Amino acid sequence: MDRIPILKFGNALLVTIQVDMHDRLATALEEDLTSKIVEHGAKGVLIDISALEIVDSFIGRMLDNIAAVSRILDAETVVVGMRPAVAITLVELGLSLAGVKTALNVERGMALIQARLKTSDEDDDDAED
Amino acid sequence: MAVNTGNVAELVGSNEQTILPEWIELQKKAGSLQTGRITENELASQSREFLHLLRDGLSRGGSEVSNSAYGPAKQMLADVSRSRALQGFSPSETATFVFSLKQPIFNVLNRNTTLSPAQAAELTWSVTLLLDELGLYTLEVFQKSREEVIVRQQREIAELSTPVVKLWDGILALPLIGTLDSQRTQVVMENLLQTVVETEAEIAIIDITGVPTVDTLTAQHLLKTVAAARLMGADCIISGIRPQIAQTMVHLGVELNVISKATLADALALALERTGRAVTRLKKATPASGQNKMSAEKGQ
Repeated sequence: MDRIPILKFGNALLVTIQVDMHDRLATALEEDLTSKIVEHGAKGVLIDISALEIVDSFIGRMLDNIAAVSRILDAETVVVGMRPAVAITLVELGLSLAGVKTALNVERGMALIQARLKTSDEDDDDAED
Repeated sequence: MAVNTGNVAELVGSNEQTILPEWIELQKKAGSLQTGRITENELASQSREFLHLLRDGLSRGGSEVSNSAYGPAKQMLADVSRSRALQGFSPSETATFVFSLKQPIFNVLNRNTTLSPAQAAELTWSVTLLLDELGLYTLEVFQKSREEVIVRQQREIAELSTPVVKLWDGILALPLIGTLDSQRTQVVMENLLQTVVETEAEIAIIDITGVPTVDTLTAQHLLKTVAAARLMGADCIISGIRPQIAQTMVHLGVELNVISKATLADALALALERTGRAVTRLKKATPASGQNKMSAEKGQ
């Protein structure tokens, strides 16, 4: 497999990483995701990494990059399902992913994105009034 | 140095009845019994056993402690030393057990008329060396036993002092007690993250009332824990920073870019608010009864 599938879910994009990430796969995902956000006008990106057992500094930086790129394109990134061991490793590596939102599982992450969409809708309504 | 220690062994054997009481008397004078940790009977039987083993060693092993003939004597010393270390004897009290044996043996050597002065001097010297080495061995075992005690206690403290408590549905508390070093931080972090996964917690309150000092290193450890919890999708609140510690932190330039509350109660109130709950009083407390049925959870 040389591509990670990106699913459209309402206004959000859902990425579930099921295989061990290697660097080229990560770069490909970053590019694919950027173009998909623009294509679908997505407002949120949900990345599920619950199956990832190893996250090195490169993958950590990729997550940060994706978040930064999405923010520019007006989409919010939520990383969900990180394992305790992975979290500890990332912190020890000095990567606290400050620009990325996190949630415990897909359900919570989706709720986070929905909440954001709701508030932005309300803002739009206010603007119309 | 090949000295015939067989002579000494014979002398010790034949004069046991004079050496033993004298030795025990010396040990008593040095205060071995004062603390009341061992009885006179125990002391006497330990002394007798060691004297026998030493005699065996002397008769077969010469003046070298490394000789295997001294094995049983060393084993016995190790046992005595270990048990005394655990009973709380001081190092000198423990070492006295061996060193106080010197005088009685010298007395016997001096009183013996069959030895020439030169022979007596030589034997005295070799016995001194022998007992010194045994004494040092005793101290080494003593020290080692104390270190084992310390290691065990450290492990117990580490286990005891890192509980993760569930305060409410989705709210965890982590009361930290004692100094935070990197090893403990690791344990705390692992415990916290594991519990976050198990209980699907959204908020973790780190209470540092029991942390005596917060320096830059401790702050860094705290921030690491907070960052790791955030990566798992749980927010952290720090509570219980004591006034003096708050001052020290500001003077040191330590910054915790985390929400902090003065007390655990305040932190819990904030956590409840964040999870869409509120605590209200059901009815006014009646002053007479003094019973406060005060709180109830209003639905999310």
